[in-house]
Amino acid sequence: MKRFATLYEALDRTTSTNEKVAALAAYFGSAPPEDAAWAVWFLTGRRLKRFLPSRLLAGWAMAEAAIPDWLFEESYASVGDLAETISLVLDGRGDRGDPEPAPDLPLSRWMAERLLPLRGLPPEEQRREVTAWWRGLPRWETFVLNKLLTGELRVGVSQTLVERALAQVAGVPPPALAHRLMGTWEPTADFYAGLFSPDTGEEDGARPYPFYLASPLEEPVESLGEPGEWLVEWKWDGIRAQLIRRGGGIHLWSRGEELITERFPELARAALSLLPDGTVLDGEILAFREGRPLPFAVLQRRIGRKKLTEKVLAEAPAAFVAYDLLEHEGRDLRETALATRREILERLLELGRPLFPVSSRVEATAWEEVARARTEARERGVEGLMLKRLSSPYRTGRKRGDWWKWKIDPFTLDAVLVYAQAGHGRRANLFTDYTFAVWSGGELVPVAKAYSGLSDEEIATLDGWIRRHTLQKFGPVRAVEPLQVFELAFEGIALSTRHKSGIAVRFPRIARWRTDKTPDQADTLEGIRRLIEA
Amino acid sequence: MKIPPMTPAPLLRIDDCGLFCEAGGFHVDPWKGVERAVISHGHGDHARWGSQAYLAAAPSVPILKRRLGEEARIEGVPFGERVRLGEVTVSFHPAGHILGSAQVRVERGGEVWVFSGDYKRDADPTCEGFEIVPCHTFITEATFALPIYRWRPAAAEAREVLAWWEGNREAGRASVLFCYALGKAQRILGELARITEGERDRTVFVHGAVEPLNECYRQAGVVMLPTRPVAETTRGQSFAGELVLAPPSAGGSPWMRRFGHAATAFASGWMRVRGTRRRRGVDRGFVISDHADWPDLLRTIAETGAERVLTTHGYSDSLARYLRERGLQAGTLATPFAGEAAD
Repeated sequence: MKRFATLYEALDRTTSTNEKVAALAAYFGSAPPEDAAWAVWFLTGRRLKRFLPSRLLAGWAMAEAAIPDWLFEESYASVGDLAETISLVLDGRGDRGDPEPAPDLPLSRWMAERLLPLRGLPPEEQRREVTAWWRGLPRWETFVLNKLLTGELRVGVSQTLVERALAQVAGVPPPALAHRLMGTWEPTADFYAGLFSPDTGEEDGARPYPFYLASPLEEPVESLGEPGEWLVEWKWDGIRAQLIRRGGGIHLWSRGEELITERFPELARAALSLLPDGTVLDGEILAFREGRPLPFAVLQRRIGRKKLTEKVLAEAPAAFVAYDLLEHEGRDLRETALATRREILERLLELGRPLFPVSSRVEATAWEEVARARTEARERGVEGLMLKRLSSPYRTGRKRGDWWKWKIDPFTLDAVLVYAQAGHGRRANLFTDYTFAVWSGGELVPVAKAYSGLSDEEIATLDGWIRRHTLQKFGPVRAVEPLQVFELAFEGIALSTRHKSGIAVRFPRIARWRTDKTPDQADTLEGIRRLIEA
Repeated sequence: MKIPPMTPAPLLRIDDCGLFCEAGGFHVDPWKGVERAVISHGHGDHARWGSQAYLAAAPSVPILKRRLGEEARIEGVPFGERVRLGEVTVSFHPAGHILGSAQVRVERGGEVWVFSGDYKRDADPTCEGFEIVPCHTFITEATFALPIYRWRPAAAEAREVLAWWEGNREAGRASVLFCYALGKAQRILGELARITEGERDRTVFVHGAVEPLNECYRQAGVVMLPTRPVAETTRGQSFAGELVLAPPSAGGSPWMRRFGHAATAFASGWMRVRGTRRRRGVDRGFVISDHADWPDLLRTIAETGAERVLTTHGYSDSLARYLRERGLQAGTLATPFAGEAAD
């Protein structure tokens, strides 16, 4: 545990990427494999089922520190991280020195002998265990333990950095290592040893390839050169997924590395007969009817269902719109040019309709035509365009240069700030979570929450303003004088019975602080409703 | 101490200009210009320009002159000496915050009020140690009045600063440590001087805002590491391996460019919380504060024996509520004092 806590501290103490990789490499090079396996598990953002409810932890901490609950809440609001708040209020109870240190236990034994068995215990016994651990650990280790207990162990290193460090120590190419970390695995010494095995090209049959992600196009589209060198497709708004047909089975993975085969039985069944063994497709799962995508909300309803009844399947018929072919006849095609991959893909899926259509090309010979096509996007129910360089390999992660997403301009509306709440983590103690309202019959009705879009400077200014113009406090939420107007951008809008305003907006964010506008110039609910009909 | 019966108007109250003592005809740390200002210490939110006459603890005078200008009328009174102002007696008592920082004691007819100014209880080689002043009403700061704020001894944290500096020296990097120009910078230089006594020459580079205040401290006999203003170096000077002290406002400014790929850190009580440090974008946070932490606020309030406590700046609401739940008479006073600004 001490070794892992020290690694966490080293990662926390620098903003330099190189130093983070160096700290990780030093850890992986020296930690026992059974501990390192757990470290990889946590550092790549994997989670375990919760050991116990966080509110129990908070309650035990208040009792241990002998402070009232409102004071704990204020402390939490100020820190923005429960695990850290607990470690801070417990620090130096009574005296100021570190507690009598308990003997160190390796991370793997902490997991196997203490944390995992915690789940089966009644709350009183859990409490006895946890408080005893707290008493035996110094401040930082208490913090790391709490992170493990709350399951929110985000360290500020990306998966790519972990892969880079592991690849460095293992002497395996980073893409091979990235592949080995995909999908489902158990954090065992054997698994960890497997990460270090020589790159043979043969990998676990169910495992997906790392996804290649597009970057937003910020330069004029003409800067991309000849239109003929690009594949232009619609940007579908569904679930990005990889379909794996290997070893006689089908595995459907979401981009979040979740195995979702069982959510889409009709796709799995069709793929089994349609595709030859040794095939991996990259594509988008959509609710699709008569060649047209249905709104994302339709698909979402289906994902939310525990049981897939005939009715649900009929209401939200799924299709896998294929973008790319990553593996063909058991051969990794990722280094082959997109033009070739696409050709084979089109041949392979010739008979794929209706469940496996190939994502259609937007035919255009000049950028003006591409730009014109983009203006049709909303009407077609897509988010915009994808531009992919025909000569490019299938890369890993968000590498800029070969894949661009060119989204349609968002909807915007002007709304008034009515509530504010402090953020978490880096934004703790600053009012950064805002609720905005628009007019309806002379009243302001909340329509959206937004957390992003302002510069640090604007956030600081607004934070000061909020503190001076608070009308009322409701726990951590402050009602403020309705004076500040903001332009909000959002991707979509739909009627909703769950919201008081009767509408729900998608991906709202702050576009601009309209200091030039007064609250009476904000939009009306009626005006926004008209957007839905349009 | 019990408040004597039949208390007339409060000895200190807030008016437009600051904490006003009507019976004595003066304001304590006024935020607007007044006839007579009684000043607790030299930080900008407490010592403001524009009053006709200033009264302060004697060791604070050189700092105030630097802040308010040579022409300001500033009178110094030794710690503990009682001065008659109108119907009241005023005296200054060490607050342990920075050099010359004082609590202001005001007495009339046996009733005693103490305004704490900013204070801390931890040992500090650069200023006079805090003194408990028994009183009926204690006006206390509340900058860090939450139970998450507890300090380790500053000497231990200074050792971490030293280790960080050494690590960066080995990596061939400059170490830029952000800290307040008055008080914190000198305390760090003082603590480092203590733990490196007898070692090789360790000159620390300082920003232009820090050096004049170092002078004030040296003249008061405070022992610190030798310093050299960055501005006095020639163009192209390498700072690799050096320690540089700069005020927080220098962060992200063009002034920083000369240090190349420097490691950065911030020394402040706020660094106790990771989120605050990450928001500042510095590599390291050193938890060194010139304010009392939560246990010391409570201990101090208890030791003054005050029956009524008024809290100002920082988490004043929390502290007042906590004290009320403990059976004390407590309330808040709204002042614009910043304590230790988080940003």
